[in-house]
Amino acid sequence: MSSWLDYTINGLIVGNVYALVAVGLALIFGVSRLINFAQGSIYLVGAYIGWVAVVQLHTPLPLTIIVVAAAAAVVGLIIERFGLRPLQNSVRIAPLLATIGISFVLDQLVMLTFSPNPRALPSQLPDVRFQVGGGTIGPLDLLIAGVGLTSALLLFVFLRYSKLGWAVRAASQDRDAAMQMGVDVNRVNQAVFGIAAALGGVSGMLVGMYYNQIDTAMSLQATLKGVVAEVVGGAGNVPGAVIGSLLLGLVESYGVAVFGTSYRNLFAFLLLVVVLVLRPNGLFASARQAPPEPLTGTFIAPSRPVRIPRWALAVAAAIFAVLPFFPVSFYVLQTLINAWLLGMLALSLTLVAGTMGQVSLGHAALLAIGAYTSALLSLTLGVPVGLAIIAGGLMSAALGTLLISPSFRLRGHYVSIATLAIGEIVSLVILNWESVTRGPIGISGIPPLSLFGYDLISPTSIYWFSFIVMVVLALLQGRLLGSHLGRSFRAIRDDDIAARAYGLSLNRYKSLAFIFGGFAAGVSGGIAAHLYSYINHETFNTQQSILALTVVILGGLGNVVGAIVGSVALVGLPEVFRIAAEYRILIYGIVLLLLVRFRPQGLLGTI
Amino acid sequence: MAEQHHPMLSLRGLTRRFGGLTAVDAIDLDLARGELISIIGPNGAGKTTLFNLVTGLDRPDAGTVHFEGQDITGLSPERLAAEGIARTFQLGRVFGNLSVMDNVLIGAHTRLRAVKPAVPVIGPLLELGLALLRPASVKAEEERLREEVKAILARFGERLLPRIDQPAYSLSYANRRRVEIARALALQPRLLLLDEPTAGMNPTETAEMQALVAELKAEGLTILLIEHKLEMVMRLSERVIVMDEGKKIAEGPGEQVRTEPKVIEAYLGHGLSGTAEQESAA
Repeated sequence: MSSWLDYTINGLIVGNVYALVAVGLALIFGVSRLINFAQGSIYLVGAYIGWVAVVQLHTPLPLTIIVVAAAAAVVGLIIERFGLRPLQNSVRIAPLLATIGISFVLDQLVMLTFSPNPRALPSQLPDVRFQVGGGTIGPLDLLIAGVGLTSALLLFVFLRYSKLGWAVRAASQDRDAAMQMGVDVNRVNQAVFGIAAALGGVSGMLVGMYYNQIDTAMSLQATLKGVVAEVVGGAGNVPGAVIGSLLLGLVESYGVAVFGTSYRNLFAFLLLVVVLVLRPNGLFASARQAPPEPLTGTFIAPSRPVRIPRWALAVAAAIFAVLPFFPVSFYVLQTLINAWLLGMLALSLTLVAGTMGQVSLGHAALLAIGAYTSALLSLTLGVPVGLAIIAGGLMSAALGTLLISPSFRLRGHYVSIATLAIGEIVSLVILNWESVTRGPIGISGIPPLSLFGYDLISPTSIYWFSFIVMVVLALLQGRLLGSHLGRSFRAIRDDDIAARAYGLSLNRYKSLAFIFGGFAAGVSGGIAAHLYSYINHETFNTQQSILALTVVILGGLGNVVGAIVGSVALVGLPEVFRIAAEYRILIYGIVLLLLVRFRPQGLLGTI
Repeated sequence: MAEQHHPMLSLRGLTRRFGGLTAVDAIDLDLARGELISIIGPNGAGKTTLFNLVTGLDRPDAGTVHFEGQDITGLSPERLAAEGIARTFQLGRVFGNLSVMDNVLIGAHTRLRAVKPAVPVIGPLLELGLALLRPASVKAEEERLREEVKAILARFGERLLPRIDQPAYSLSYANRRRVEIARALALQPRLLLLDEPTAGMNPTETAEMQALVAELKAEGLTILLIEHKLEMVMRLSERVIVMDEGKKIAEGPGEQVRTEPKVIEAYLGHGLSGTAEQESAA
């Protein structure tokens, strides 16, 4: 009995922390119809500023809170001013990609400054527990509750009684009308980003103190949890976000009580997927109301793709095919093998995100499904590696499509959230389903690549194998784009309502796109598994999803040749310039941001 | 046999509410085969919402829609397109990044047979396979449809044919409206719903569009038309239905409807007998 009270208190306290993140997300969504994927990064920045203040500057707690809130608010203002304001009139996909890019840049900056190792963040509060009823409560719990309530009160007063607060509320009800009445939307955005960042930063610091540990992996988790809470409460609904957060805290806390700690996140993401599918407007809106359009206007940047003549492509392919006959180093071959593997993933993502308009942030999960299927089939059942890889592709196609299918009715940002969550779910299932996946230990001793009984061990043979597989997939995809399916996919992307009015079933065509894309990604993952000989639940992570997304944007959304050119560029150029591994993700993030801002159609143009 | 007695489209008590607002309020309507009926009314009268209810993009709160004697209330837009109902959109919903050719080909989507075998369960997989393999039958179908699209585009004179490979986003506003209509014709509809086909067009372009709609009517196509340009409405329609605040306030031949006091009031402002302020606004 007493433990249940403890779990309830814990749930409410954690929910309070989520609320600080979710309220910021709701404010931003209300004003700009944008889900800020960088919210978790601000939370991370808040936690590390808190660490600097507490551990290095020895500030007293009240001052620490003020310093963190102020510094985080400045970060928020910078994001608004330089990351998002220039994109106000651009295509729908631009701000979505921008916040993803900003989040990666911030996370990497924190990681480079403070190293990825976890740090302790002491709370400076006395370590006592008070008996409350049958449970206990500590001073930190009270602090978190106090900060939560105080911020809610301050926010309420601001929105209700200040002129800027009125402007925020007006802009979130009807942005155009507010602008016509003279509301300065830039100031409103500034206010909202500043407040959201301050709340997010303080939240990160409090969580760090609560667990007495901070690390750079906090960011993605916080974004996801905040988004879950916000979507559960109804996007853009501030009180709803608070209730959604408390609910999420309780669901997680009780879930942990019943099933154990490793299932905590699984509950959060399942809750998200269930809410997105059943009540996309959140729990407090009527189910029949159409979901609010995240952003309106054209989804991808219109452009005329660069037409590369077939003979030029054939010549380029021939050059790469005969490359191993020339005296090139293994290092070059190895780099290009990585490019071909990434190329297969990028082909998959450019079809799904570019041609079909479903910006997937969980694409690495398809790699993982293919890799685990192929590894387990060849290792435990002795299936020949070539067949196992194809089976991996088919499994990715089937399972990936099945997992994503509930979110086929979602649009824009919601698709990205759902795919991010589904990617996390796949990774968590791999971690927890020990009887099949061997859990955290991973799978080792995966047999090397082989074809018709011949092992492919030399770099040259691996190079040819991966190159040929990628070229075949690219040719198939080109053929697909030239068929009625290509135009059907693109029609649904451009206007799904008009597409439905002309008889195009969203479920059918989104499934086909994911089946084809899932196969390519699964094959890539399968080949990778046999190359690495060891995989675990972290081998295929969100960084790979983001890298693939950057490749796709760089090459041009939906552009098959662009996906390959982008892969060679993003894998090859850092090697050419000898950029240290830890700076690469940072550079990918910056490249993504620059592209979104200055060349949203990519190098070769969107198709 | 019995079909002859049915109107092609029949609405009974069709109602749609948004919160406190009743956008479409108990509308009855019968449209016979080969007839052209226009729906007019001030902005916000519920005309487009009515179209959305008929084409399945929105579901009614009450009432029924019958098409060729069959109850189609609440069916999905995909199903209704397959039944032969095509529409254009008020604000123009062309596929911006698709070429004119591809836009119109999408209109013919429900007529694809060779590449979309009607096989349950594995049908979609067969479609994927056929799209990749492209046997002769699929190629022939695609070729035939492309020729057909060119013929449809030729109805618009030299407006669209020279731009057949250009992306729709690069077209003028009027040309986008034309692409919408071409796309609807590619479906070979039994019932065509046109939502303000001449919006934003100059007098010459409007006259062209009017001639085209008259041609379609002469070919026997059944048409439901939303239009603000009364001149066009009067010339083309057998009957005119006037909507205001969701309700049908008048119905009959154009000349008769035009003179009804309720209609004049709806157009010129409510309570016209009232204040000077409204008079100056009118």
